[in-house]
Amino acid sequence: MLSDQIQTKINRELGKYPAEQKQSAVMAALRFVQDEKGWIADEDMADVAAYLGMPQMAVFEVASFYHMYNLKPMGKHTLTVCTNISCMLCGSAETVAHLTKRLGIGFGEVTPDGKFGLREGECMGACVDAPMFTINNKKLCGRLTSEKIDQILAELDKQ
Amino acid sequence: MNAPILLNTSHFEQPWTLENYLKVGGYQALRKVLAEKMSPDAIIAEVKASGLRGRGGAGFPTGLKWSFMPRNYEGEKYLVCNSDEGEPGTCKDRDILRYNPHMLIEGMAIAAYAMGVKTGYNYVHGEIFEAYERMEAACEEARKAGYLGKNILGFDFEFDLHNHMGYGAYVCGEETALLESIEGKKGQPRFKPPFPASFGLYGKPTTINNTETLASIPYIISQGGKKFADLGVLNSGGIKLFSVSGHVNNPGNFEVPMGTPFKTLLEMAGGVRNGHKLKAVIPGGSSMPVLPGEIMMDLNMDYDSIQKGGSYLGSGAVIVMDETTCMVRALERLSYFYFEESCGQCTPCREGTGWLYRIVHRIENGEGRAEDLDLLLSLCENIAGRTICALGDAAAWPVQGFLKHYRSEFEYHIEHKRCLVKD
Repeated sequence: MLSDQIQTKINRELGKYPAEQKQSAVMAALRFVQDEKGWIADEDMADVAAYLGMPQMAVFEVASFYHMYNLKPMGKHTLTVCTNISCMLCGSAETVAHLTKRLGIGFGEVTPDGKFGLREGECMGACVDAPMFTINNKKLCGRLTSEKIDQILAELDKQ
Repeated sequence: MNAPILLNTSHFEQPWTLENYLKVGGYQALRKVLAEKMSPDAIIAEVKASGLRGRGGAGFPTGLKWSFMPRNYEGEKYLVCNSDEGEPGTCKDRDILRYNPHMLIEGMAIAAYAMGVKTGYNYVHGEIFEAYERMEAACEEARKAGYLGKNILGFDFEFDLHNHMGYGAYVCGEETALLESIEGKKGQPRFKPPFPASFGLYGKPTTINNTETLASIPYIISQGGKKFADLGVLNSGGIKLFSVSGHVNNPGNFEVPMGTPFKTLLEMAGGVRNGHKLKAVIPGGSSMPVLPGEIMMDLNMDYDSIQKGGSYLGSGAVIVMDETTCMVRALERLSYFYFEESCGQCTPCREGTGWLYRIVHRIENGEGRAEDLDLLLSLCENIAGRTICALGDAAAWPVQGFLKHYRSEFEYHIEHKRCLVKD
């Protein structure tokens, strides 16, 4: 079952599209599920499919096509690091090395306590702030240095 | 330097509010259109006179594109703003969304009026959630103040705008993939024809324009197309936002007239970092062919000049590389990107991008073979122009550009199994 909160949010999105085009809200619906649970399970996709009146396979097609959906459990705070050209030129390799060392995990992994997850991302469209990562696809942190990363990790650790 | 046009609220502490936008003459162009009952033809003529070309990368004349929309179509038509800014190096639209969202709303309302559209969508790149939230808030603000919705400014004109968030797919920057995505499907580009002007969103006539393109409209209507055109140079009207990233001291977005020398733009970005020597520049986003620094230093930032130099202005994303850059490693990362982002629909792209990446990867890792460079070029020929959308071309062009100018570096990697730059 989708929570009341998610249903309210989906209903707001549905208002953006023609009444007969409920499927247009599928991307947002999956995003809301991930925001609440951290990832999207098969049951969630079935719930979204039922809610929007679309085949479950069509929901899976969307969830598996777009990179930012987590189709397996990730950390409470999942960091997605851009390693594309502008970030690479500005030292994303050091960003990744520092995070890997501090968290003891690689891309696609979660710390044993479930607190942090790490993902590799593609261009985030903020290249002048390279190197960067996003936190749970919400907050973008740019112009990273080792000190800045330590500070961000310490703050997240407290939450 | 002239006062900024697209980022004309940037001197305020909160540049994004309606209040501040109104202080700099915001929504006056829309008011003029409605109060003077300007005809759609007159608006389109003004846009044509401005020389405005699509700022997303393709550079198609905007006025001409608008004229393709059917006039007497009964039923819904759509206007879609492409804010799915994912071309590596490009981050100009993000600043319009974050700092001047009302200029985009005003530009879209005028465009909608000119094309007889009542509903618009703004598709925002998934990774910039803060910009999406800013747009959502701005639309709400505009709705409450009567700049969106029914009877806009008290006139018989209706237009509403909704934001749709992407979630990590480069290919959705391609206009028909973007439409599929709004329809709630995976973003696979459609065959053209039919073009979106006849069969677009939900099968209805649709025009898709880039964020910066639409944000340029209020100025063109209030100041006149000619004035906008005159800010730039022949074939490249107006001003443009350039994102300068990579090895510069002061990376950022700079709004300058078209035709500004690259040298000037580089100076605005603080020059090459730490006093290093300029090696290479990708002048228009990662898909455009790379050019050696010495060629770039003689070029101007407009469509014709960059093309004469052997590349394209594209999205205006300038990626600067200094002498420490290994060109094999740079191309390896770019090729990985296109391989990762190919939607898989067309065989030449799905298979070809994988081949490109694996070959450049093995060269970078000391396992290259003598025949690899010719193999890469032959692959490029079999990808470019043989796919539904331009992602195939976008994957091939960087390979061709890097090999054209830096072939010896690749040969060194293959022969010595190590990097020329590091030696």
